[in-house]
Order: sequence, then structure tokens, then C-alpha cells
Amino acid sequence: MRELLDDLDRWRAAGTRVAIARVVATDGSGPRGPGAAMAVSIDGEVVGSVSGGCVEGAVVGEALAVLNGERDAGMVTFGYSDDEAFAVGLTCGGTIRLFIEEFDW
Amino acid sequence: MSVWPTLSERIRVGSPVALVTVVDGPGIGGHLLVHPDDDSVVVLGSLGDPDLDRVVARDAIAELEAGRSGVRTYGPRGQTTPEDLIDEPTLTVFVESWAPPPQMWIFGAVDFTAALARVAKILGYRVLVADAREVFATTRRFPMADEVRVSWPGDVFTARGHELGPRDAVCILTHDPKFDIPAVHGALATSVGYIGVMGSRTTHDRRLERLAEVGIDDRADLDRLMSPIGLDLGGRTPEETAISICAEIIATRTGRSARQLRTAEGPIH
Repeated sequence: MRELLDDLDRWRAAGTRVAIARVVATDGSGPRGPGAAMAVSIDGEVVGSVSGGCVEGAVVGEALAVLNGERDAGMVTFGYSDDEAFAVGLTCGGTIRLFIEEFDW
Repeated sequence: MSVWPTLSERIRVGSPVALVTVVDGPGIGGHLLVHPDDDSVVVLGSLGDPDLDRVVARDAIAELEAGRSGVRTYGPRGQTTPEDLIDEPTLTVFVESWAPPPQMWIFGAVDFTAALARVAKILGYRVLVADAREVFATTRRFPMADEVRVSWPGDVFTARGHELGPRDAVCILTHDPKFDIPAVHGALATSVGYIGVMGSRTTHDRRLERLAEVGIDDRADLDRLMSPIGLDLGGRTPEETAISICAEIIATRTGRSARQLRTAEGPIH
């Protein structure tokens, strides 16, 4: 989050809508622990990361879906144990759970 | 009410703060901000029930003190015991903690100090450099340190030793008994997680004799000393030595063996 502060402040000041995705839990191998965060603006600008690059692309899609009202804020799971709910996994074989919400704090 | 101004300000200045987010169940997306304020606790926002807020705030402060982030489950009025949760909808919260950075205190303003302070900064430590010799302990020589003190080790520990905990490190690089012995003595009186003392094996043996002379010969105390300091990487330069020391600090904190991963088995994380 620390590395996102300036961008979040900038978007907040400009009234730009933003979704934020944070790692809330990991299981097994996972490059980033709880608190790793990325933010996606309605314009598709992305800052931060939640893994080693494995799932960021899919997270952008989910984040934009939240902003566009196509899905509610909620948990998203990536990884092996995920029964193909998402076609994206971690190459290291671990599982990460993210919470994605609109940044309206 | 918005939690962002307080949250962002406290993260920026390194003050402890925890943000609680309901990530599943009733009230999903709700936020509660918690931070210590002297002896009391400040709570901003609400998860929708005063009892829930109180219980969650209490737990969030505990997580914050431990520097931990993670998920917890509650009933709608803060119930946590299994029998109270029967037939109740549960909600899952994510407690995200921003704890102050861990500290590294380096005693001795020597060649190795600047390199160690640089690597420690990369790892996120707040770095203090202390040396009793005014000409060496200068911010010009250690611009990367957060604080440079002209001070004897004993004085630093007397004044500030209570700040050190399991996440912190003390590195004693003077290899001069005049400074080493009081620094070791001061560090052992704290609950600091890592105490490393530089010197050759000969220096180490002599140091043990001198420590015994001042009454430091308890096995449990001596076991806390990483002396000679560092992992056996075979490096010689100050920078390589700094990596060897920091690698040992990480392995000490995680309790891992510091072997090559390819010679070991089992999960990496």
C-alpha cells in the first residue's frame, strides 16, 4: 500500500474511480504476502502488484468489472485448488486470495 | 466517515495503524481503522454493530502489535466462540497492519558500517549508527542511516533499549572490547531478536573470556550471540559482509537453515 499512496491520493483528488485489490491470504508458495496491493483506475491505469506477475492481468479484468458494476466487491482466488473458476494460476503452485473493492475509503 | 486521510498519513510517517475490511459475509466492504494513541485506542468507522467494532478493534490492535496481517472470522455481534456462532451468519475480516519498521542498531562507525546500513535500508530497517568517537560517528559518513549518535553503547541501551523487540537487530562491529563488551551486555538485557558481533575466531574467543570476567557466562545468553557475525559466504568486501550479516538476520527470524534450496526438500515458503 505504501507504494500506492501517491497514486491513490492523485486519483482521489481528481475524482477518478479506482478499484483496489489486496492479497488477504496465501496458501503454499506465493511470492507476495497479505497486504500486497495493486490499484486499477477506471481508465485502465495500473499501479502495484499482488504476485510475481502471474495473475496481474486477470486482476485488472476483475477490478474493471467491479468499477463497471459487472461484479460486486468480493474475494477472488487464484491457484491450483481453484476449480477452473479462473483460468489463471500461479506458476509456483500456491494459492492466493484477493479482496477486490472500489477504493472509496 | 472517510478513513483515508488518517490511514495515508500514518502509513507515510511510519506510525502504527491497522485497517479492518469485511471481505466476506454481512457488511462486506465495511472498514474500521484502528490505531494506538498513548494508552488508549482510536477507532474510526464502523462495521455496523458496536460490539463487533469493539471486539474487532481489540483484536486488530493485537495483530498490529505483532506486526501481522491476516483474516479473522466473527459473528455479527463480534462472537468468536464456536457455540456462539451456531446458526449465525459469520463475517470474515482482513486485518491489515502497518507496524513501524524494524530497527537495526549498528555499533561501531567502521568501514563495514556504511555497507551494512545501506543493505539494512533496502530491507526496510530504521538504522541507528552509534560510536563513542566523535570524528567517526558523523552523518556525512553515514548519510543512509536514519540516526547517527556519538554515544557509548551502554548509554544507548539505557535510554532506548526498551524499544527493541524480536523483529529488531543489533550488530556490533567495533571489535574493540572497550565497546563490544558494554554493547553485548546492553543488547542481552533487551528482547532484541538478533545480536551479531563481528570479529575473527580469535577475537571471538578473547571476547568470551572478557564477557565471562564481567559475569556474562550464562549458556542461554551466549547462545543468543551470533559471533562471529554472519553466514559463511566467503565474501570479503564490506558489501559482501553486509549481505552475509543480513542473510543471517533473515534466517534467524524465519528459523531456516540458510542452506542452498537445491540441497533441501519441502516447501520454499
